[in-house]
Amino acid sequence: MTLDAAKIRKDFPILFQEVNDEPLVYLDNAATSQKPAAVLDALRHYYETDNANVHRGVHTLAERATADYEAAREKLRGFIQARSTKEILFTRGTTTGLNWVARSYGDANVNEGDEIVISYMEHHSNVIPWQQLAKRKKAILKYIELTPEGFLDVEDAKKKITAKTKIVSLTQASNVLGVVNPIREVAKFSHAAGAILVVDGEQSAPHMPIDVQTMDADFFAFSGHKMCGPTGIGVLYGKQSLLEEMEPIEFGGEMIDFVHLQDSTWKELPWKFEAGTPNIAGAITLGAAVDYLTAIGLEEIHQYETELVSYVLPKLQAIEGLTVYGPQETKQHTGVISFNLAGLHPHDLATALDMEGVAVRAGHHCAQPLLTYLGLSAACRASFYFYNTKDDADRLVAAILAAKEFFQHGSLEVR
Amino acid sequence: MALSKLDNLYRQVILDHSSHPHHHGLLDGSTNQIEMNNPTCGDVIQLQLLVKAGVIEDLRFDGSGCSISTASASMMTDAVIGKKVEDALTLSEEFSQMVQGNEKEDLDELGDAAMLSGVAKFPARIKCATLAWKALDQALTEKQETTVAKQLHCED
Ligand SMILES: Cc1ncc(COP(=O)(O)O)c(C=O)c1O
Repeated sequence: MTLDAAKIRKDFPILFQEVNDEPLVYLDNAATSQKPAAVLDALRHYYETDNANVHRGVHTLAERATADYEAAREKLRGFIQARSTKEILFTRGTTTGLNWVARSYGDANVNEGDEIVISYMEHHSNVIPWQQLAKRKKAILKYIELTPEGFLDVEDAKKKITAKTKIVSLTQASNVLGVVNPIREVAKFSHAAGAILVVDGEQSAPHMPIDVQTMDADFFAFSGHKMCGPTGIGVLYGKQSLLEEMEPIEFGGEMIDFVHLQDSTWKELPWKFEAGTPNIAGAITLGAAVDYLTAIGLEEIHQYETELVSYVLPKLQAIEGLTVYGPQETKQHTGVISFNLAGLHPHDLATALDMEGVAVRAGHHCAQPLLTYLGLSAACRASFYFYNTKDDADRLVAAILAAKEFFQHGSLEVR
Repeated sequence: MALSKLDNLYRQVILDHSSHPHHHGLLDGSTNQIEMNNPTCGDVIQLQLLVKAGVIEDLRFDGSGCSISTASASMMTDAVIGKKVEDALTLSEEFSQMVQGNEKEDLDELGDAAMLSGVAKFPARIKCATLAWKALDQALTEKQETTVAKQLHCED
């Protein structure tokens, strides 16, 4: 294996506990990741030594806090290969980022009869802001179909994106199907049609190297909490030329140059979007998470997860009655694996796995349009990260088999 | 094996009700109907009641859900058919207290539904057990003659 997960695990204090008298196996990383000690230390260090408001005081602590906050912005710029820190806006997370784009860019550029194009595999946070924009503007929201294997149907995307399309918004990696979308290719024909491309990077940024310039995304949103950082902090990347033209969504302190009685002027990028005291501790701690991930290497993380998936996916597919959704080929799969066991509701299965110490998610995964499209009401999802091991994978498989056995001994008809 | 802990939740009676639910299907000529879903988990239940002179003469349910919600609905029909509306509402309150761990001395009136007391130790599953009873409450108190869709607001 490319990376020593057994050693890396030791960086994550939370993993060393028993849940329901069994050692914890945490496989809900697509919901949120765990945090390494280095990240927790950074949070504590900030509050113990540097805490002050940013861009305000002239005293030493304020200067240190400001310098650290802006240093974190630079780390995030490097993390996604943006051209400039002017393009890195700190947000509350992906949801906030996508809402800002819809409110600010969307309201200024989408008119009656225009089209917004998304896909059937989007998370609710990449659906509802566009629905609302479409309603405000009497625009049309269109959905790109998926292939039978669960990939984005690129031919359909080419048809759906027309000269009327102003915005295309797509997830780079699905939080249910475990597929990665061909963003660069979609960017090409979106731009050719005169549309911009917004990318939901929530499930990709934690797991693979990101280069927003090469993929040619106009906006790219992601959250800190799925990449070893804290909750409540995320990034919206936007091309400088677009951000310059956009109006802020929130107004108040920190984002202004001059305030007159009837009018005010905004600071330059990126601060014009960051009204009020920002999540300083969150940004600095996320910077520490970036340091941690880059020291391991995003390419290494990606490769390791692919190996882990090629180990576990065939074992899951071999369980009689178990259906894996999305592609069946391991090479095309991220660490997100959704499945159901015939005759057993995913909630019952998730409860049984929890009794075995294995944490998975069951439900609609904030993707109701996708589940409806697949004809499902709910599914179980196991999602791996680089600190998961083959041993965790074995525990998952064993727990599923034990659950199946348990419910077969009852009178439930598990086939 | 750790799964023996599951026995506290999935007693045999519960598994029996979920695989062979009682009063499942549709009713001719109901007086009250309701459809309720739990948007976070996708469970849906439809209830049809025949209420005459303040008594629940018949009750049937349909829908899709996990074994806990199906068993709970089945047990509920057994517990409330033939009961006065007020008594059914009292039972519903008792059931709700029971699954939250506030056990009362006397659960006999709940019948098999009392077997769901173990749910109290599985907080994430309490909503599964209460879905049918919440639907019953609303169907009885809001007296709808046609089906109305309601949402049970909760997080999973
Ligand atoms: C693909 C995808 N997009 C967006 C989000 C929303 O992210 P957040 O809740 O961090 O704002 C999620 C979270 O689960 C997700 O998986």
